[in-house]
Amino acid sequence: MPTMTSTPPNTPPAPNNHASQRSQRQTQRRIRRAARATGRPLTRSSSVGLGIAMIWFSALALLPLSAIVLTTVENGWEKFWGTITAPQTLAALTLTTSTALLVTAFNVVMGTAIAWVLVRDKFFGKRLLEVVIDIPFALPTIVAGLVLLSLYGPGSPLGVNIANTRIAVGLAFLFVTLPFVVRTVQPVLADLDKDVEEAAASLGASRATIFRRIILPSLAPAMTAGAALSFARGISEYGALVLLSGNLPMNTEVGSVRILSYLENGDNAAAAAVATMLLMVSLAVIVALDLVQRRVARRG
Amino acid sequence: MGSNRAVKITVRVIVIAYLFFLVGWPVSLVVQNTFADGFTALRIALADPSVVFSLQLTVAVALQAVLINTVFGVGISLILVRYDFPGKRLLSSLLDLPLSVSPVVVGLALILVYGPRDSWFGQWLTEHGIDVIFSPLGIIMATAFISLPLVIREVVPVLTERGTDEELAAASLGAGPVQTFWRITLPAIKWAVVYGVVLTLARSLGEFGAVKIVSGNLEGRTQTATLLVEQTYQDFEQSTAYATAFLLAAVSVACIVVVTFLQKDHASAGRGKGTS
Repeated sequence: MPTMTSTPPNTPPAPNNHASQRSQRQTQRRIRRAARATGRPLTRSSSVGLGIAMIWFSALALLPLSAIVLTTVENGWEKFWGTITAPQTLAALTLTTSTALLVTAFNVVMGTAIAWVLVRDKFFGKRLLEVVIDIPFALPTIVAGLVLLSLYGPGSPLGVNIANTRIAVGLAFLFVTLPFVVRTVQPVLADLDKDVEEAAASLGASRATIFRRIILPSLAPAMTAGAALSFARGISEYGALVLLSGNLPMNTEVGSVRILSYLENGDNAAAAAVATMLLMVSLAVIVALDLVQRRVARRG
Repeated sequence: MGSNRAVKITVRVIVIAYLFFLVGWPVSLVVQNTFADGFTALRIALADPSVVFSLQLTVAVALQAVLINTVFGVGISLILVRYDFPGKRLLSSLLDLPLSVSPVVVGLALILVYGPRDSWFGQWLTEHGIDVIFSPLGIIMATAFISLPLVIREVVPVLTERGTDEELAAASLGAGPVQTFWRITLPAIKWAVVYGVVLTLARSLGEFGAVKIVSGNLEGRTQTATLLVEQTYQDFEQSTAYATAFLLAAVSVACIVVVTFLQKDHASAGRGKGTS
């Protein structure tokens, strides 16, 4: 995430004339923009560097990803539409998307609450929570599935067994997407000026009003960005589900698993069609994210 | 103020309970399952040649992916921050793409270009003696792909914040570009690179979906540790599965703890983990 531009700490003393104040602000903004645009035109050695980097990046990521889209296009609209509307694939895509949406909505609420506790609350062991939140990001996904299975699978100490059910899909998504909203909201909440809240409180605003009118609008862009990341991660999850959900067709099978089974059957075109569908959603999410970020930057 | 405190404590309790049931307890159960018979499970697993092989392969692949992504990441970050060129914004967005692409899609993408049959370059490369798919090279590429943006995301904000004053000063005093890089630039971004490397390492050790597709999962040849966990669990060798999973989890949690503590000590070096 690019760092947000910060305003300089010491603004010049305000002159009494409005017009001069405005022009001064404009000059200041121009200077700031000039300072930020550090870019120079490419030199010869940096062109070579960029060229090598682009060749590697193309070989590793750009060509393979475009191969998916090209394979889909080559095989035509009929094949694409036929594949993604085949009952088993459609069921998998519907389950993946709806579960990811539900989990994301839950994450927005819970993630904000967690961020709030981490920033505003003080108690013994808070540092431990910081580590716990990052565990799902670092833990291998297959291990994540195994970890959840040990508490919620057969032989659970809690006496519940959700293995091979749709709840397991939701649980796996909740686990792997835990850090996203927390980690995007947390820094914004930490930077939030408490004076404004206190001023509102002294003017008689209730806690609910302060939250709705002051805290929520400042956090909204970060919440949106976190939600987008969480959704993208959810729909693309595979590893955590392998041991947990059982991949039952028409029941607990997700989009990634459909890609894998098409691939194993040698139907590369169908695998590419489902992958294109997932890629389009990912791309849409990145674009939305970029728009939100630009808006945040403009406000700062 | 009474209700104020009550709200605070309620939220605190809900958050702690949620994290305990979602992460804390399940993770500690894996530790408990691994050490149910003391160190026996771990010892038996480590005596199994296929386990040892998979761990060695995983470490070798992860180290190579980390090396590639560090060199590439630092280089492209410098170019992105310091120079202007057409398509810079697009490139910057594209570099983030691997984080939101499904590992399975990554695997499929590599198969379509480098696969042994009906692929773009696969046949040509095979004729020239290079096998990408079903070989360690493919595993390294898949791993490098999924962890590609992590170093860049750490280094770019720090480079942007530092500006170029010190480098210009060094250059004006007669330092060459290489000297400037090692003496001025690298020390300035040192901690960002370290975070990036640790996060990349954690991610690389644990990759599963993409590796499963490109490796062919051949035991003793291309089976990585995460693939071994899946196979042993499905073959009802629970203790081997738990022991290997424990080793992977221990390394990745250690990585996270290192980053958390480094970040506290060097908070001024710029915040923002790979997760954000």
